[in-house]
Amino acid sequence: MAMSKRKRAQVIRWVQYGILVLAVLALVVFADWGKLRHNFFNLEVAGSMFPDVITVALVNTVIYTAMGFGFGLVLAVVLALMRLSQVRAYRWISGFYIEFFRGLPALLVILAVGTGVPIAFGVLIDKYTAIMIALGLVGGAYMAETLRAGIQAVPRGQVEAARSLGMSPGRTTVTIVIPQAFKIILPPLTNELILLTKDSSLALFLGASIAEYELTQFGRVALNSSQSLTPVLIAGFCYLIITIPLSYLSRYLERRTGGAKISTPESTEVKA
Amino acid sequence: MSGEDLNTDTAADLAVEVTGLHKSFGPVEVLRGIDLEVNRGEVVCVIGPSGSGKSTLLRCVNVLEEPTSGTVVVDGVELTDPDVDIDAARTKIGMVFQSFNLFAHLNVLNNLTIAQRKVLKRTQAQAEATGLANLERVGLAGRERAMPSELSGGQQQRVAIARALSMDPDVMLFDEPTSALDPELVGDVLTVMRRLADEGMTMLVVTHEMQFAREVADKVLFMDAGVVVEQGPPEQVIGDPREERTRTFLRRVLNPTHVDQTD
Repeated sequence: MAMSKRKRAQVIRWVQYGILVLAVLALVVFADWGKLRHNFFNLEVAGSMFPDVITVALVNTVIYTAMGFGFGLVLAVVLALMRLSQVRAYRWISGFYIEFFRGLPALLVILAVGTGVPIAFGVLIDKYTAIMIALGLVGGAYMAETLRAGIQAVPRGQVEAARSLGMSPGRTTVTIVIPQAFKIILPPLTNELILLTKDSSLALFLGASIAEYELTQFGRVALNSSQSLTPVLIAGFCYLIITIPLSYLSRYLERRTGGAKISTPESTEVKA
Repeated sequence: MSGEDLNTDTAADLAVEVTGLHKSFGPVEVLRGIDLEVNRGEVVCVIGPSGSGKSTLLRCVNVLEEPTSGTVVVDGVELTDPDVDIDAARTKIGMVFQSFNLFAHLNVLNNLTIAQRKVLKRTQAQAEATGLANLERVGLAGRERAMPSELSGGQQQRVAIARALSMDPDVMLFDEPTSALDPELVGDVLTVMRRLADEGMTMLVVTHEMQFAREVADKVLFMDAGVVVEQGPPEQVIGDPREERTRTFLRRVLNPTHVDQTD
């Protein structure tokens, strides 16, 4: 007997639900809950991590990320403007920089900066500076490409209007183009901030005093001393405290900037 | 060339003087030798089919497009001179675009004041006073806090006119200012432009509004294929054109449903 198309779609959907439920059940049944609880949900170990996991580790993660993001943003503005410059050499340098740092693992850059800069310049840099430079170098390369796209998305007429009012090319870029470009790229920029938050974990490879621990290093040290995986869970949870609100912010900004174009008074006033 | 009553003006009264203007985009020659004079206080309308080079001509007058050859002199300053301070010269030339081009990230008041403050170095108070006065002049007093996206096309275009006027220009250029507007919004913009003309503003207007050209212009230029085909007072160029190309164009514009046999 032939099934109708709608009937068949219904059956297929129920089969999918069934497989999903079976998979979850299998995980629940076969997992060793006793060991899991002992390893991941050890309240004693968890308790010993507070309040330092927040007051030191989470705060340091935020500081490292913010510093790297700030430096990267400045770098990105310079790189994006160079990429769009009339001067061929600037375009070439910027293009090479972007390809170079986008192609390298952030870990290598962090190690190179942390150990290379002191050797190259004979100066000792503290861990905060090293991380800021390394994360900025990598983040800047990504953000430069985003910003370049944002600048190119600003309508040509905006530049023409500014120039016809007597603004110089530089002033037009600073007062008219860049602010609008940032408005356009705010959602992808928030995304970049989330990626940098996670990349800040690579700081652990530079070694540090306890006061300089960020979340991953803090969790790792606690893991070694407690013989329990609970610190991993706690550290992960702390990352989510930072990144999930950022995702929501990104989505909110996307809605707002995307919606602004459609909701002109004319289109909202017209109702049947 | 122009009507007899216009020939009496001396060179000192010239606001805009374009001589032998050529403009090519790659292999395409858009302007093929244009001569144009606009006297102080005069309204000159440029008409012609799309692709005839009208907008390019206007954009060459404030050098938004770099002329390939020929000279453009505005207020006695030769803008085609490579040593000229083009930014300073442009503050004296107001430009109104087909697509308004209000700064999308600034509210109306800041649109009006930003160039006054950054370019003319006026104080915030001076700039606001000038901006608000011009906003009232275009009939939009009270809308200074609105964002451009909250305004209708006609309102945006009037703000754009007020923005240009706030620089106290000697000449105003209008590039098809009503072409992007819904028909019912065209009238408000034309009213503002008509009032400006009555106040003695020097205006160079690229337009498809034949009624406006006929009533407001002192001189009308008909352009086709990169040359000025015919120019003179509107009653002659629009009312009684001498050239066949002008007649064909006007027939199509004034009677859009008519199908030309030569097509």
